[in-house]
Amino acid sequence: MFQLLDPAGRLRNGAKPPLDDEFVLEGLRWMMLSRAIDARATGLQRQGRLGVFSPVLGQEASVVGSAMALDPTRDWLVPQYRELPAMLMHGYPLHKHLLSKDGVVMTYFGEGASSEGDFHEACNLAGVVKAPVVFFLQNNNWAISTPRQLQSSAGSLAERAAGYGMPGVQVDGNDLLAVNQVSREAVARARAGEGPSLIEAITYRMSFHNTTDNPSKYQDPAELEAARARDPIRRVQAYLKGRGMWDEKREQEFEQAISEEIEAAIVKAQKAPLPNRSQIFDNVFAELTPRQAAQRRELLGEG
Amino acid sequence: MPEMNIIEAIRDALTMEMTRDERVIVLGLDVGRLGGVFRTTDGLQQRFGKDRVVDTPLAEAVIIGSAIGLAISGMVPVAEIQFLGFTHQAFHQMGAQLGRFRYRSRGRYPLPVTVRAPMGGGTKTPEFHPDAIEAQFVQYPALKIVLPSNPYDAKGMLLQAIRDPDPVLFIEPERLYRKGRAEVPAEDYTVPFGKARIVREGKDVTLVAWSAAVEVCERAAEQLSGEGVQATVIDLRTLVPLDEETLVKSVESTGRCVVVHEAPLSAGFGAEIVATLQENAFFSLDAPIARVASYDTPYPPASLESHWLPSPDRVVKRVRKLLSA
Repeated sequence: MFQLLDPAGRLRNGAKPPLDDEFVLEGLRWMMLSRAIDARATGLQRQGRLGVFSPVLGQEASVVGSAMALDPTRDWLVPQYRELPAMLMHGYPLHKHLLSKDGVVMTYFGEGASSEGDFHEACNLAGVVKAPVVFFLQNNNWAISTPRQLQSSAGSLAERAAGYGMPGVQVDGNDLLAVNQVSREAVARARAGEGPSLIEAITYRMSFHNTTDNPSKYQDPAELEAARARDPIRRVQAYLKGRGMWDEKREQEFEQAISEEIEAAIVKAQKAPLPNRSQIFDNVFAELTPRQAAQRRELLGEG
Repeated sequence: MPEMNIIEAIRDALTMEMTRDERVIVLGLDVGRLGGVFRTTDGLQQRFGKDRVVDTPLAEAVIIGSAIGLAISGMVPVAEIQFLGFTHQAFHQMGAQLGRFRYRSRGRYPLPVTVRAPMGGGTKTPEFHPDAIEAQFVQYPALKIVLPSNPYDAKGMLLQAIRDPDPVLFIEPERLYRKGRAEVPAEDYTVPFGKARIVREGKDVTLVAWSAAVEVCERAAEQLSGEGVQATVIDLRTLVPLDEETLVKSVESTGRCVVVHEAPLSAGFGAEIVATLQENAFFSLDAPIARVASYDTPYPPASLESHWLPSPDRVVKRVRKLLSA
């Protein structure tokens, strides 16, 4: 498993800092924002003010490190539902460009989804046509209650890449620097026309699958404790502290700014008008069928 | 005017549209070097190149998935699935993905994708191949479902499908692929969706069908005519959108209706037609609306399929029963 920072935030084997400190600080800001949103959104859900929500908690380095390897002017981000900071970073969806000749696609999924047939079909085709894709597998150990070892007897999910004629790499998903480095390499390879790659980021879901879930029914508390010791945010903070770029004051400043940003977003969301019921029929087709048009009239009491 | 069978009409439409619009690309299993298992894409790869006529791995879900991605990036894909029965392996990509992108993206990503697949029995293919599962797709309301039954419609409806701004499932009548040639204009024309075709008009009963079952109804009508019974035959052409107006008008005038389809009876699209007519033409009916369909069993062995599929004989018998009611 590729790693640059150990869990205490020290560079391994005396490696040189691979990224400049401002870039790492920017990554940390996205990670801290993500975690603060998780807490606030979970609270709002518990108050009945927000629908079902899936937190990113524990996977911030994996999501942020990979998304920061993309070029928003030409690349495509194809997330699932646990990549909120990536979507905030680049806008959702990343779509400012059509038919960009050297654009790269990064797509996210979990180890559970990698048991689906579509994962195999997509990797296989991408290998055959040398598609410029980065398959970013976030192995967070849990597909709701189903643990990693019930998904596959393969020792490493990254090894599956060999079957598709593409490189596969396992990376410490709680190490922002390592995730960013392997992601950059995969993006560069795709951009150069050398085809797809598979990245397996080993991370851990430190919260529930979503707000309807109850991990105490299936999760060993000791395992969660062990994961907390590998917290990706603390690791980056410790690293930056070692470089003289982080202290308590800076942490408070970050937290304060993030909190204000979230509160402003909540106020904005609360002010947004509720959708009109007629919107149920918007964007079904370019033009509604006569039957859909009649149903729309019925809904609106026009018929 | 040139004469073409359905295969040739489809190839003509593909050639015409690929020439006119360079965003149009064809993808699927065996579509390139072989020209498709039914040769509908024969010669296209030589003419338009491997980047526009793409041989894919044997993987239906990713054929549709790739078409979605290509459409998002600005192409106009025509995906081929070798048999409609094989779309089971791509069902989630067709309904839950292909049929939802415009809606999900609030209009940002319309998907002008055409999925072509032949359907139906009568050619002694093994199981899976002939399954008539068109009604299953109707439950995904953002797919257009169109089924030409003759060469003229095959060309005009395929051109319409490729130019349609939304996803279209274009189902071809396998049994009729090479059943004779008919006049097909050499020039560009389209057949609009949602307009049924009145194949023949008679005052006694309305026979409603789509795809290869239209031909069954035509033969039944011919037979009935010899018995002095005049049948109207309606080729629905498209299930989504549905031409309710033509259906209702015809049944109001004949007072009797038999719906004929190759899918098993229960929950087939015939049930939808019956419900629609019951709501809109009830007081014009002289007899209950009847259905002639395949039986509610798995597709039988080839040696038994002629007993299982709706036949002109079964249609004629049902009409006689309605008339004696």
